[in-house]
Amino acid sequence: MCLSIPAKVISIEGELARVSVGGTEYEASIQMVEDVNIGDYILLHTGFAIQKISAEDAEETLKLFKEFEELNVRLDEEEKESGNRIV
Amino acid sequence: MKYIDEYRDRELVSRLVSEIQKVSRKDIALMEVCGGHTMAIQKFGIPFLLPPTIHLLSGPGCPVCVSSRKYIDQAIAYSRLDDVIITTFGDLIRVPGSTSSFEKEIAAGADVRIVFSILDALKIATENPENRVVFLGIGFETTAPGSAAGVLNAAKQGLTNFFLFSSHKIMQPAMEALIDEGVKIDGYIAPGHVSTITGTGIYKDIPAKFGLGCVITGFEPVDLLHSILMLTRQVEDNKPEVAIQYKRAVKPEGNLKAKKMLDEVFDLRDDWWRGLGILKKSGLVLREKYSRFDAEKMIDVEVEETREDKGCICGEILKGLKKPGDCKLFAKACTPSDPFGACMVSNEGACHAYYKYNRDG
Ligand code: SF4
Repeated sequence: MCLSIPAKVISIEGELARVSVGGTEYEASIQMVEDVNIGDYILLHTGFAIQKISAEDAEETLKLFKEFEELNVRLDEEEKESGNRIV
Repeated sequence: MKYIDEYRDRELVSRLVSEIQKVSRKDIALMEVCGGHTMAIQKFGIPFLLPPTIHLLSGPGCPVCVSSRKYIDQAIAYSRLDDVIITTFGDLIRVPGSTSSFEKEIAAGADVRIVFSILDALKIATENPENRVVFLGIGFETTAPGSAAGVLNAAKQGLTNFFLFSSHKIMQPAMEALIDEGVKIDGYIAPGHVSTITGTGIYKDIPAKFGLGCVITGFEPVDLLHSILMLTRQVEDNKPEVAIQYKRAVKPEGNLKAKKMLDEVFDLRDDWWRGLGILKKSGLVLREKYSRFDAEKMIDVEVEETREDKGCICGEILKGLKKPGDCKLFAKACTPSDPFGACMVSNEGACHAYYKYNRDG
């Protein structure tokens, strides 16, 4: 529940934005952050943008996610094998 | 230190690890108080990268875990009322109450809907004017502004069938209570997303009062190791302070707009935490002005007597006094598919994280 993810703002209509997280789109309320623009990265938490992230920093974070993807894939496989998959 | 460049270096993890090894002399324990950190630390195997001098402990950072069983029982009681629709995040569905759970209530016909956001709950309320829609508000300062926004929007829309059942809590009283209780730690890996909202202000007394540093930390291995290095240095130099490692998302002043919404909608009340008991001014309750949206005040319901499970040591684990492996039930009578205690149900619970990534506890 504490999880928040960096998401890219694709479009804005009033207080609502469409945002993208690794290609999947979500609706996000931007009523809690000032001055959000298309192309900005926000931290998405339970349907709300809770803070803006600078684009460079967000990209770096996403890059890191990629780098650790391998580890995730391996852990997922181990879970499947051991029959202890938890989603 | 140039923050961005560090992220570009794939070798950074191992560089950070050797730097930590170099700096660390004293035996120290660092505590994380955020469920997201609990997960990330276990997932990336951070404890195995650290020298034997540095110990990591999980604190009361999982909102579902610290909430009372009475809260679950009362929410279940609401769900049994004919006209009530419960809206909640997925985490709560399998949390055991005294005699039931939402999973069981759903099977028995209760209308319980998992939502992604409180705004979905408002939609459900608008579409179902004959029903009373209760949203289960659980979480710390990261999640509570969403609930505040939900209540403000409900007021704006003139909804009369939407209610918040708040179990929202704030972090800082728990961080101080732990130290007051004598839990021995040398620094806090302070919660990144809570701090996104609060900024550094909530930690400002901790270094002076308790001699402990607080480093606000992100959720990637580089973030975690970087922050562990910062805290280790603070301890070795005997200079505890509040610092931000997670600079890309945390401003010293926090999110002023979100803080204003929180203050507009919520007042502080004494609240009960698993493991810590009642802490003064640690919970959030709707202000008088918004009490028409307060489920506790507006919906009468009889709640069964709370029964705590014997054998679950969640409370000790949440204080960092015990580890999941110390529980006799861990990975035996208590597993994520058949959880006995809240710390095993929630993704953010220490027992769940250990079960998933570090089975030996
Ligand atoms: S393993 Fe289960 S029973 Fe034991 S402390 Fe954790 S949640 Fe409680």
